Amino acid sequence: MATIKSITKFAPSRFARLKDRVAAFFLMLYRVYAFILRFFKEVFLPPYEFKEVVRQCYEVGVRSFTLISLTGFIVGVIFTKQSRPSLTDFGATSWLPSLVSIAIMKALAPLVTALIAAGKVGSSIGAELGSMRVTEQIDAMEVSGTKPFKFLVCTRVIATTITIPLLATYTAFIALLGGYLNVSQNEGTSYSTFMEQAFEPLTFVDFWASLSKAIVFGFTIGIVGCYQGYNSTKGTEGVGKAANGAVVTAMFLVFIEEVLIVQIAGWFR
Amino acid sequence: MEKQKAHIDKNNTVIKVRGLEKSFADYDVLRGIDLDLYQGENLVVLGRSGTGKSVLIKLISGLLKPDAGSIEVLGNDVTAISERELQELRIRIGFSFQNSALYDSMTVRKNLEFPLVRNRKGITRDEINKNVESVLDAVGLSHTINQMPSELSGGQRKRIGIARTLILNPEIMLYDEPTAGLDPITCIEINDLINEVQANYKTSSIIITHDLTCAKHTGDRIAMLLEGQFQRVGTFDEVFATDDNRVKPFYDYNFTE
Ligand SMILES: Nc1ncnc2c1ncn2[C@@H]1O[C@H](COP(=O)(O)OP(=O)(O)OP(=O)(O)O)[C@@H](O)[C@H]1O
Ligand SMILES: [Mg+2]
Repeated sequence: MATIKSITKFAPSRFARLKDRVAAFFLMLYRVYAFILRFFKEVFLPPYEFKEVVRQCYEVGVRSFTLISLTGFIVGVIFTKQSRPSLTDFGATSWLPSLVSIAIMKALAPLVTALIAAGKVGSSIGAELGSMRVTEQIDAMEVSGTKPFKFLVCTRVIATTITIPLLATYTAFIALLGGYLNVSQNEGTSYSTFMEQAFEPLTFVDFWASLSKAIVFGFTIGIVGCYQGYNSTKGTEGVGKAANGAVVTAMFLVFIEEVLIVQIAGWFR
Repeated sequence: MEKQKAHIDKNNTVIKVRGLEKSFADYDVLRGIDLDLYQGENLVVLGRSGTGKSVLIKLISGLLKPDAGSIEVLGNDVTAISERELQELRIRIGFSFQNSALYDSMTVRKNLEFPLVRNRKGITRDEINKNVESVLDAVGLSHTINQMPSELSGGQRKRIGIARTLILNPEIMLYDEPTAGLDPITCIEINDLINEVQANYKTSSIIITHDLTCAKHTGDRIAMLLEGQFQRVGTFDEVFATDDNRVKPFYDYNFTE
C-alpha cells in the first residue's frame, strides 16, 4: 500500500520533469540552430581577424599534435597486427595493405582525429570561452563596441574547420606508416609495393567522403565548443560544465555524422 | 586630495531613465527606477548587495533588456536602437566592471589596444602606442605595459580596467564598485583617479559602491537604491540626514565608532 502511494505520488513529478527535459532539449536545439545561423551571418562580414584565425589554427594543431601522432601510429600498428590472423586463415595476407588502408582512410583516421580533437580542442574552447563569459570578459568586449562573437567564435570555428581535416590527413599517413612498419617486419613487403597496394582499392569518392567527414567534424567540434562556452552560465561550475558539455556533445554528434555521411557517400558510389 | 568643484550642466541630461523595471525568474530586482544623469556630474549609486546596482548599469549599456520603462543615453533610446547603433553608442560609454574583466589571454598593452584598433579605422601604429601610453600614464601604471593580467594586483587590475575604457575617450563612465576589496590607500588612489577622469576627460559618471568614503569623495550627488527604487536622492549630507534604518547603517558602519 505504502509503495503504491509513493509511486502515485512520485509519478506526476517524474513525468513533469521528463516534460521539462524534453522542452529543454528542443529549446537547446533551437538555440544551437540560431547560433550556427549567427555564425554564417557574421563570418563573412568584416573585420576578418585573420591574425586571430591563424593563432587559433596554430593552437588547435599544437594542442592535439602529440596525442594524434601517438594514437594514429598505434592504431595503424594494432589494426594491422590484429587483422593478420584472420587473413592468414584464408592465406590472404597479401591483402593486408589494402585492408589496412581502407579501414584507416575511410573510417579510422577522421574518426580518431575527431574524437581526440573533441577531447583536447573542444574542451579547451569550452573552458576558455566559458571562463571569459563568467568573468564578464565577453560582456566587456560587447560594451567596448567590439564584436566578441566575431573575434571569439568565428575565428575558432574557422580554425577547427580548417585544421582538423589537415590533422586527419596527417593521422591517416601516420597510421599507414604504422601499418607499413608492421607489414614490412612480418611479410617483408617493400615501401613502394605497400603504398601501391594501399591506394589501389581507394576511389575518388572515398577520398572526398573522408575529407568532407573531417571538415564536418571540425566544424562540429568548433561550433559545439563555442556554443557551450559562449552560453555558459554564471559561476565557476559553469566553466566545468561548458568544457564537459563540449566534449560529450561533440563526440555524440561526430558519431551521428559519421553514420550519416557514410550513408550519403554510399549513394554516390 | 580634495575634490574640485565640478562643472555640471543641469540643462543637459546625458542619461535619462524612466519607470525602469527588471525581474529575474520571480524576483523583481528593479521596480520603477527614475534617474537623470547631468553632463559633467558624478552620480553615486548606493545600495545593499543584490539590490540590482550592477543590473542597472548593464541595462543602461544594453547588456540586459528591461521588462518595462525607457532608457535614453546621449539622446538614443537604448531599448529601441539597432545593433549597429548600439555598438556606436557603446563606444561613447566606458564600462568599468566590478571584477575588472581584463582579457586574461592578452598583455596589458593588447588589452588596451583591443577596443582602440577595432573602433578607430585607419589608426596608425604610432597613434596606437601614444594612446596606450597616455592612458597608462593617466592611471599611473606605465611599467605594467608588458605584463599579463594574472601578474597584476586587484587594485592594478581595476586601474587597467578603467584605462581600457578611457582609451576611447568616453563621454559617460559607468564604474561598478571601483573600490571594492581594496586597501584604504588604493581606495583613495582610485577615488582620486575617478575625480581626475571627471575633470580631465569631462565625463559624466555613474559610480556604484557601498563604500561611503568613495561616495563622499567622488559623488556630486548620491542616489540610494532601496527595494528596487531610488528612494533618497541628493547630496551626501541630504541623503544621510535621516533615521531610516535602511539607510543609517551605511553611515554608521563607515563613520561612527
Ligand atoms: N543574469 C542574471 N540572471 C539571473 N539573475 C540575475 C542576473 N543578474 C543579476 N541577477 C540577480 O539580480 C539581483 C541583483 O544583482 P546585482 O548583480 O545587480 O546586485 P548588486 O546590487 O550589483 O550587488 P553587489 O553589490 O553584490 O554587486 C541578484 O539577486 C542576482 O541574483
Ligand atoms: Mg554588483
